[in-house]
Amino acid sequence: MATRWLGAPIKRNEDPRLLVGQGLFVDDVQLPGMLHAAVLRSPHAHARIRRIDVRRALEHPDVLLVLTHGDLPPSLREPLPKLIPHPDLKHHKTQYALAPDKVRHVGEPVAFVVATSRYAAEDALELVEVDYEPLPAVVDLEEAAAGRPALVHEDIGTNVAAHSVQRVGDYEAARARADLVVARRFVVDRGCASPIETRGVVAQWDPRARQLTVWDSTQAPIPIRNGLAALFGLAQKDVRVIAPDVGGGFGPKIMMFYPEEVLVPLAAMRLGRPVKWIEDRREHFVATNHERTQIHDAEIALDREGRILGVRTVFLHDAGAYIPYGLIVPIVAECTLPGPYRIPNYHAEFRAVFTNKTIVSPYRGAGRPHGVFVMERLLDLAARELGMDRAEIRRRNFIQPHEFPYDVGLIYQDNAPLVYDSGNYPAALERALEEVGYCRWPEEKARYRAQGRRVGLGFACYVEGSGIGPYEGCRVTVEPSGKVYVATGVGTQGQGHATSLAQVVAEALGVDVGDVHVVTGDTGAFGWGTGTFASRAAVVAGSAVHLAAQAVRQKALQVAASLLEASPEDLELADGRVRVRGAPSRSVSLGEVARAANPLRGVIPAEWEGPGLEATRYFAPPRGTFSHGVHAALVEVDPETATLRFLRYVVVHDCGTVLNPLILDGQIHGGVAQGIGGSFFERLVYDDSGQLLSGSFMDFHIPTAVEIPEVEVIHQETPSPLNPIGAKGAGEGGVIPVPALLAQAIEDALDDLELEILRMPLHPDALFELIQKASRRTP
Amino acid sequence: MKPPVFDYQDPASVEEALELLARHGAAAKVLAGGQSLMPLLNLRLARPEVVVDINRIDALDYLTEESGWLRVGARVRQRRLEREAEVRRMVPLLTEAVRFVGHPQIRNRGTVCGSLAHADPAAELPAVAVAVGARLVARSRSGVREIPAEEFFTGPLTTALRPDELLAEARFPCTGPDWGWAFLEVSNRHGDYALCAVAAGVRAGDGRIQDARLAYAGAGPVPVRLREAEAALVEHSDLEEGIRAASAEARRVLQPDGDLHASSEFRRHLAAVLTARTVRLAWTRARTRSGGAHA
Repeated sequence: MATRWLGAPIKRNEDPRLLVGQGLFVDDVQLPGMLHAAVLRSPHAHARIRRIDVRRALEHPDVLLVLTHGDLPPSLREPLPKLIPHPDLKHHKTQYALAPDKVRHVGEPVAFVVATSRYAAEDALELVEVDYEPLPAVVDLEEAAAGRPALVHEDIGTNVAAHSVQRVGDYEAARARADLVVARRFVVDRGCASPIETRGVVAQWDPRARQLTVWDSTQAPIPIRNGLAALFGLAQKDVRVIAPDVGGGFGPKIMMFYPEEVLVPLAAMRLGRPVKWIEDRREHFVATNHERTQIHDAEIALDREGRILGVRTVFLHDAGAYIPYGLIVPIVAECTLPGPYRIPNYHAEFRAVFTNKTIVSPYRGAGRPHGVFVMERLLDLAARELGMDRAEIRRRNFIQPHEFPYDVGLIYQDNAPLVYDSGNYPAALERALEEVGYCRWPEEKARYRAQGRRVGLGFACYVEGSGIGPYEGCRVTVEPSGKVYVATGVGTQGQGHATSLAQVVAEALGVDVGDVHVVTGDTGAFGWGTGTFASRAAVVAGSAVHLAAQAVRQKALQVAASLLEASPEDLELADGRVRVRGAPSRSVSLGEVARAANPLRGVIPAEWEGPGLEATRYFAPPRGTFSHGVHAALVEVDPETATLRFLRYVVVHDCGTVLNPLILDGQIHGGVAQGIGGSFFERLVYDDSGQLLSGSFMDFHIPTAVEIPEVEVIHQETPSPLNPIGAKGAGEGGVIPVPALLAQAIEDALDDLELEILRMPLHPDALFELIQKASRRTP
Repeated sequence: MKPPVFDYQDPASVEEALELLARHGAAAKVLAGGQSLMPLLNLRLARPEVVVDINRIDALDYLTEESGWLRVGARVRQRRLEREAEVRRMVPLLTEAVRFVGHPQIRNRGTVCGSLAHADPAAELPAVAVAVGARLVARSRSGVREIPAEEFFTGPLTTALRPDELLAEARFPCTGPDWGWAFLEVSNRHGDYALCAVAAGVRAGDGRIQDARLAYAGAGPVPVRLREAEAALVEHSDLEEGIRAASAEARRVLQPDGDLHASSEFRRHLAAVLTARTVRLAWTRARTRSGGAHA
């Protein structure tokens, strides 16, 4: 009997190595003669550069190179590539490797210094003289949209980069016949991902082989390789980009390019010595992409039974100083907003606006938490107005299990129609409500209240778009040792691919999962692919791994059939061997099969399609697949100190076929922690001059184990019909509904106050103000 | 985040350290646990010419009781305050408050005297020092002087220490038998500097408060002792009336600055709320204590 690996809660293959400190992160790369770089960054949010004088820095005895914009080759003096164009993106402004004549956010690179140590490089930064002419900073999003107080990019005559409208049905007509319309303004402020490993790049140039090797803490090593080859005029085969162990990505580690990703290789090629740059945390706060500020003016129209007739959201999206990543975040926000509900008429309209702040690109959730916050809040408010139970209003609007595939009517971030493939939304809600004790909640709540405690129950539903194309690939090789080697183009930033992908292979080949070695993120090992983002690795790469492993399985059966003089149909793979079913003594090890498939003499049959036990396969999904879930929590509020404590946190999560429930639980736990952080603790606060006030972990409060509750995870499995393993993405579900849930829970805990939570993240000071301003609700 | 160039000295004796401080004066900075100085160096916000590391000076590593005072040498780590049962018996407020200082990793390195000398107005240990009436022993080549805690803190990150002086020891008076103490803090996240923290002590007798101490962190430029609020507690024979009056005093007198984490109004509100909570807790402990240590 073969062990069933797929779906088994096994511990991670990569952990022993990581736990004893044997990982290889970019900063662990030590090369002979290596130099160290530091970046001079703009201290101003908005300023013209009148003059840069680097002479004193160059005189520093330990300095080898100082670069400013004028020192760059022509290909690097231009704005860096436009990553994802969109027809509505009229002004696709992208960042520079080094600022030419103007800086547009605090932290924008102005000069690049290479020295014998990081200490000396930082000393030399102080010797570069830059004469700035400060300009009015564009900080407030609404002001920015109106072109005030300045233009971030003068040449386009506006701060509005894009204006985009998507419509389903006719919202105005729906509104005209509605019994109730609820309209509010919702604000979600900036945040950032804060991976434990900041960014980092090491580059080495071999002038004899004309080979460039780059170690980069990126989520997308293959596009980085392709881009570097183009910028430096090299063949793609002569550039190798390795994303070794990466200490968390969460989205911002895909840019193509962050300036340092081209400056470090350039310096290594100029100097003929390896160069290392490791971002420090202070840099990270201003130089690695942020996410989130959106202001939504939204409304919902319903009939008196609580059925949704239509929803409208008109919102501003803060792009930051440049918009290399295009419109992904606002598009994901507007496409996530409808969630699990039938919304026959929907009007979504946004403007993406330049401000003098750090660039915005997707961060775990990538607009999804915004959309869910708006939708769930609208439903909560509508239920209150209608005097209806908040669970009931959701039940009345759910898309039902028999309605799949369900066409939402929008165009998603992959430019394909937004069509939900499968799911069971009502079941997930009922399970979550049952688990958290919703039906007896009024009595429970009263019991807490009698003890003088304010406890609220909150829940929120979401649908998570995941697993988009275009494709990923994989090569599976069985070596004569019997060990299996798997190479794929997606990188790994802690998701456990060395285990979950190995499980897919072990399942197909009947080998021990410990004998499957997975290499990810090294363009020298596998050169085709796009990257790890949008909760797609398990779905797209996982399916490619499955296809390649199945192909190897077929070949193993073929080759073994001739060795065992049996028909392939009578063979089975188990315990690393191919056996004749019912005659276990007649068997051969997979290693022996691999050897036989690569003979030194003789003939390889045509049907083997080449030597060896090896296959490469690609998977290109027709469109994205849609996970979903419900979070429910009990939150205690201390109204006197405006602080919170989570008493329980339950997640019902459906991402189709589960590859490894242990890893999946970890993904969800981490997501919930990040969601709680971004809802109550972490804040990026700017002053009027565009200075970031919370740019260190002293002021940007990532919650710790003290603040984060134990998260109870319940898996519901509705497989996707769109891929061979039935998987859906799981990377973002932990974070998406947290702001909506927290708002509902706090309002429930303080339900004797007229208090509406319309802005996230909250924090004690803001909650205090809400409580102070709230009047007592008349029963 | 690498420090600029500085000279590093690690004397093995107090005398050598004082010699170095006398020689370099304001150009020198003392390094003990490094939990505040190292970030300041790495952020290039502090640029001393000389760092005088006192970690090799074994003579400063003592925690002893002497005639009713707990003496804490300059090299004693904060972690020892929470681990040693004797500290809890002598100055229970220290044991309770030190758990709010950062995290165990920070307390394993950070020193008691270092936190006092750093004088962050939102830090816990300075508020405790002010509450219990600690005395801070400053040594220099020209002699020794004892500075009452309330005179020691002169402004944010500023103390009465002269540039040639080393804070060699902190002395905390041991608690009296009828006293109960409590320390509560509100911060956005456990281990951060306080949005507001209150240290309270009350002496119980004849069923009412006979004497009281109230000190506040995060409520002004220095840790503040509020005699008006203390007096209110003693004046009222009814506990809750006294608490209401003391909280009102706290709200009236304290003038904390607002920042990105809390407005001035929120901090004053917290000061009032925590006044009530700490006093109630301290009162319960004073009545149940009868000279023994409380949990």
